[in-house]
Amino acid sequence: MNVTIAGVDVTIDDQPILTGVSMEVSSGHVHGIIGPNGSGKSTLLRAIYRSLRPSAGAVLIDGADLWRQLTARASARRRAVVTQDSAIDFDFSVREVVAMGRAPHKGMFDRDDRRDAAIIDEALDSVGMSWAGSRLVATLSGGERQRVLLARALAQQAPILVLDEPTNHLDVRAQLELLDLVRSLGLTTIAALHDLDHAASVCDAVSVLRRGTVVASGAPLEVLTPAMIRDVFGVRAHIGTHPLTGMLHIAVAAITDDPDRQADDQTGHQIERPPEDHR
Amino acid sequence: MSGGGFVALVVGLLLALVASLFIGISLGTVTLPFGEVWRVVGSHLGWHDGEISAVQDQIIWEFRTPRVLLAAVVGAGLSVAGACLQVLARNGLADPYVLGVSSGAGLGAVLAITIGSSVLGGLGASGAAFVFSLLTLVLVFLFAQRGGRIGPTRLVLAGVAVSYLATAATSFVQLYVNPLELRGIMFWILGSLASASWDDLGLPTLAIVVSTAWLVARGRSMNVMATGDDTASALGVDVNRFRIELLVISSLLTATAVSVSGGIGFVGLMVPHAARFVVGPEHRRMLPVCALGGAVFMVLVDLLSRVVDRPNELPVGIFTAALGAPFFLVLLRRSGRGAV
Repeated sequence: MNVTIAGVDVTIDDQPILTGVSMEVSSGHVHGIIGPNGSGKSTLLRAIYRSLRPSAGAVLIDGADLWRQLTARASARRRAVVTQDSAIDFDFSVREVVAMGRAPHKGMFDRDDRRDAAIIDEALDSVGMSWAGSRLVATLSGGERQRVLLARALAQQAPILVLDEPTNHLDVRAQLELLDLVRSLGLTTIAALHDLDHAASVCDAVSVLRRGTVVASGAPLEVLTPAMIRDVFGVRAHIGTHPLTGMLHIAVAAITDDPDRQADDQTGHQIERPPEDHR
Repeated sequence: MSGGGFVALVVGLLLALVASLFIGISLGTVTLPFGEVWRVVGSHLGWHDGEISAVQDQIIWEFRTPRVLLAAVVGAGLSVAGACLQVLARNGLADPYVLGVSSGAGLGAVLAITIGSSVLGGLGASGAAFVFSLLTLVLVFLFAQRGGRIGPTRLVLAGVAVSYLATAATSFVQLYVNPLELRGIMFWILGSLASASWDDLGLPTLAIVVSTAWLVARGRSMNVMATGDDTASALGVDVNRFRIELLVISSLLTATAVSVSGGIGFVGLMVPHAARFVVGPEHRRMLPVCALGGAVFMVLVDLLSRVVDRPNELPVGIFTAALGAPFFLVLLRRSGRGAV
């Protein structure tokens, strides 16, 4: 399934967070969304998982309008989400959390059947958490918890996967394992990423957000240039080859005494605040 | 907990409920021979048609039996309402009492008693309590929401503030009533099951059974809702619509229970947590345990309030706290599972 984002505007408390965001995500591709803090990455993803309604434009899944033509349940059968920082206040067990992924497939009076159990087992197995089914999520480490949330998304069996900074809270090895896993699933994937190296190595295409608009889109090699990185992130960048993997490697360093950068930074932070206050 | 363990627990709770109803009807402020009690009940159920004394019939069939049944219904209703409000508020401190509903209901009833029901459009004390508890809950949620999202802490703060307001108004009215009316007012403020009759048993029972069954059927959505708005949206729950659904059901449950029993505190807060300690927060298992546990607890607590200081009857609130708090604290220490 492919995803089309067509001229999406999102406004929170009269503050425009996204303006005219468009991108095309092809079926089976991994599409990275990159940009500094407060550039609107999470907001864009929330519009895709039906948590924030765009004030203009549309999100289309295989041509069907997510907000006008699909119900919440129907859209959840098409795309699964790993949200950022999913705090779980109630003491659910790992298995109970993964079982929630079956919710969009079940009616009010359907019971959990063998097929659901098999899907949950498989999801837990594919993230390497089979051993933890009866553990309480609250007792897991950050990395383990992230894998449980991925397992929940897999149990949704949706062809589209949305990931909001999936490598947050993970150690380096867990980051690589998680990205490998995501890559191997072969799903249409939209991921907000902080690490430019990850974006370069995992994504088929990237879109760069800055203050709520897309400033560049395309293959990582074409988009991730030193000039673009300096412009958007306000850091010096060197594009090279990773000494171990042979993949694209981006080294960054701070720019000192650059008035342009400070001006950018301030406006960037103004955009950053509203979504957090809103929570 | 395994499926078999859960079934055993529910069967055990059902047996406990039957046993507690049995004991609740057998004992009371007036001591009657055990055989006499069940001869009266049996005659009404058509088991036999022997002679029964009119006084005993009055005590057992008109007062004790509906009261014990009402205790079960109110206990279940307050407990399920608490569980529902805790998901809605995503806050383990939410319950009908904390959110000001009980105080609001008390104010409604007290106004009906003092200024007369004609001013309130012909509502009796129960009717006024029902309307005021709905109004209070709507008011609290309106204050607690910002841009359609309800902050868990804001909700509890709004509830406590509205609760103080209603209590202040009630206290003010209380100063100007005659001593005869004061007794009726204390009933609403402290909560009591003493006014139970067969007539006001039907509607609460229906409301509470239907709401609980509905919530169990919506258990998957409740689980998802408990983990946050974003996750709920991602998992296909229409968050705004479901929130309104939960709000309507919890208001109905709370208003129904409070309008027949006054402000009985602690049950709605404690029983849902106790149920989660035992079976975890998965609502399809937790809600039936919560309803049955709340019913058993309330019947036993009401029984204590009737027999501890015979022939006097003590306020039931004393026993909800005296029996509930230590039990709750022990669970709190021993359990690996909880809500917060």
